[in-house]
Amino acid sequence: MTTEHREAAPPAKGGAAPRPTPPASGTARPAPGPKEQRRAERRSRRYRWDLKYSPYAFISPFFLFFAAFGLFPLLYTGWSALHSASMLTPNEMEWVGFENFTRLWEDEFFWKALRNTFTIGIISTVPQLLMALGLAHLLNYRLRGSMFFRVAILTPYATSIAAATLVFAMLYGRDYGVINWALDLIGIDRVDWQAGTWSSQFAVSTIVIWRWTGYNTLIYLAAMQAVPNDLYESAALDGASRWKQFIHITLPSLRPTILFTVVVSTIGATQLFGEPLLFAGDPSGGTQNQYQTLGLYMYEMGWINRHLGRAAAIAWTMFLLLIIIGIIYWVVTRWVSRSSGEEE
Amino acid sequence: MAVVNTQPAPQDAATAGGPERGRRARRAKAGAAGGHLHGGWLTYTILAVFALGSIVPLVYSAIAASHSKARLSEATPPFWFGGRLFTNLERAWEDANLGKAMINTIFVASTITVSTVLFATLAGFAFAKLRFRAKNVLMLLVIGTMMVPPQLTVVPMFMAVAELEWSNHLQAVILPMMVSAFGVFFMRQYLVQALPTELIEAARVDGSNSLRVVWHVVFPAARPAMAVLGMLTFVLAWNEFFWPMIALTQQNPTVQVALTGLGQGYVPDQGVIMAGALLGTLPLLIAFVLFGKQIVGGIMHGALKG
Repeated sequence: MTTEHREAAPPAKGGAAPRPTPPASGTARPAPGPKEQRRAERRSRRYRWDLKYSPYAFISPFFLFFAAFGLFPLLYTGWSALHSASMLTPNEMEWVGFENFTRLWEDEFFWKALRNTFTIGIISTVPQLLMALGLAHLLNYRLRGSMFFRVAILTPYATSIAAATLVFAMLYGRDYGVINWALDLIGIDRVDWQAGTWSSQFAVSTIVIWRWTGYNTLIYLAAMQAVPNDLYESAALDGASRWKQFIHITLPSLRPTILFTVVVSTIGATQLFGEPLLFAGDPSGGTQNQYQTLGLYMYEMGWINRHLGRAAAIAWTMFLLLIIIGIIYWVVTRWVSRSSGEEE
Repeated sequence: MAVVNTQPAPQDAATAGGPERGRRARRAKAGAAGGHLHGGWLTYTILAVFALGSIVPLVYSAIAASHSKARLSEATPPFWFGGRLFTNLERAWEDANLGKAMINTIFVASTITVSTVLFATLAGFAFAKLRFRAKNVLMLLVIGTMMVPPQLTVVPMFMAVAELEWSNHLQAVILPMMVSAFGVFFMRQYLVQALPTELIEAARVDGSNSLRVVWHVVFPAARPAMAVLGMLTFVLAWNEFFWPMIALTQQNPTVQVALTGLGQGYVPDQGVIMAGALLGTLPLLIAFVLFGKQIVGGIMHGALKG
């Protein structure tokens, strides 16, 4: 057994470490015949190949599918963005250079969609993550029926964008919606939710918040449960209040998780599509495009106005925006961790 | 609530003095072992409010689904179930082609789930337990692929679908979702801990090749995580919206695509729309009632080190 242990003892490091001699080479056996020796050699070669190449075989399906349905389309979208292509004849493209991008620059609808994406992103993400953080903190107490609460707040996650949006569109209905009825009851004027800029963006954001708060709560809760208990115990011994423990122990321990959820939510917010589409039932995002997001505008450009090339240009602009946001996050976290003098 | 904690918290609650401590200690006995504090009534109240807020819109959709169009157009909305639930369910089922949509979606989501779990387990195993060149770089690449937004891929995929005349064919929806970076990451995280390296070595000593190792060692060890990943993938595939909406039409829809067609009458019947939304969500809700605990555990497990 001792010889075998060499094989896995060093931690996997990814480098080209020398492969250990396989056990099948038969060095320990006394004087094998030439025929047996050849067979043993063949087996040992097969064993080495297996050891060397099977990892690649195991990971290749993922990378092949990603190359076909992720990387290639990503690049080809960039290529299409430099062409004029109609949805009716999607495979006849005409080179136009950067015209699609320069047109976007002068396109007021694009800027409006960008602004809407940004504001809806803020008002859907910030309250959502703050609430999730608070809920996770509460769920981290010892509770009766803790699992019931967890499953209950996760049910919106099981509801599809389409179903959730249809339900909320009804709740927000101008004439017969429950929300306006309730406002009426407490003496506040009814709101035409779809018509106003802020009211419609607020309504769309609540759908996002409703669907994702529970999910993020569970992610925070998992991270909180991983914080060692003695940290809290010694803080309590030092006389730190619950609030101070939350600020000085929980939040710093959760920093990677919070960053992760912020990144994921940002990506989600940039792509927001189904909720604003179904809230009104058409891709214009309201009569004044007051809640048309970039995702929606791209869809309208490609599949309603039938300019696939310009839709591709919008898609790539969204991608570049994500990259810029990613760099900003990266710089900020670098800066925060350095200024607080902690090692990351 | 914060006052309690300014007192020193002793390791053993039973030795604590003071009436406040004593109450806490008594209550602590009821719970499981561990050092965490109990929630007070305020905690329960807030959690109950959020739990209700999560469930009430769904319940209300069921209530609305049980009323006629006329009843839903009255000044006071209904707050209890009416008698038209089955009429509306039936109409939604027929209007939105939901029967076909359900069968399509079950087929699509199952295929995606099986392939995602299979490929994620293989890749996750390789990343967790095998040694190969550029492993860490490739793992980073897997995580990086999660950043590619779907909008960036739909234009060429739409062109390809047009070229292949796959529009309205289910494989157009299935193929792009056959693998998942999250799945690979999830299985890797699980197998790093759950699969003892000695077990793989022992199988190798017995002369097993890698495929046999996967079949006899990795799959049995990975089974709980595979089940959880399967459920999460099924939920996501069932709810997938953007690409199916572009690739499919109402002639051969998935459930989500069919639901978008419901509201498109001249005077939409809210009762029927709600009935459709309810029907489209029902299978997943049933799954949540049955496997809620496992799904919660899966999300929390996947979150660690995320």
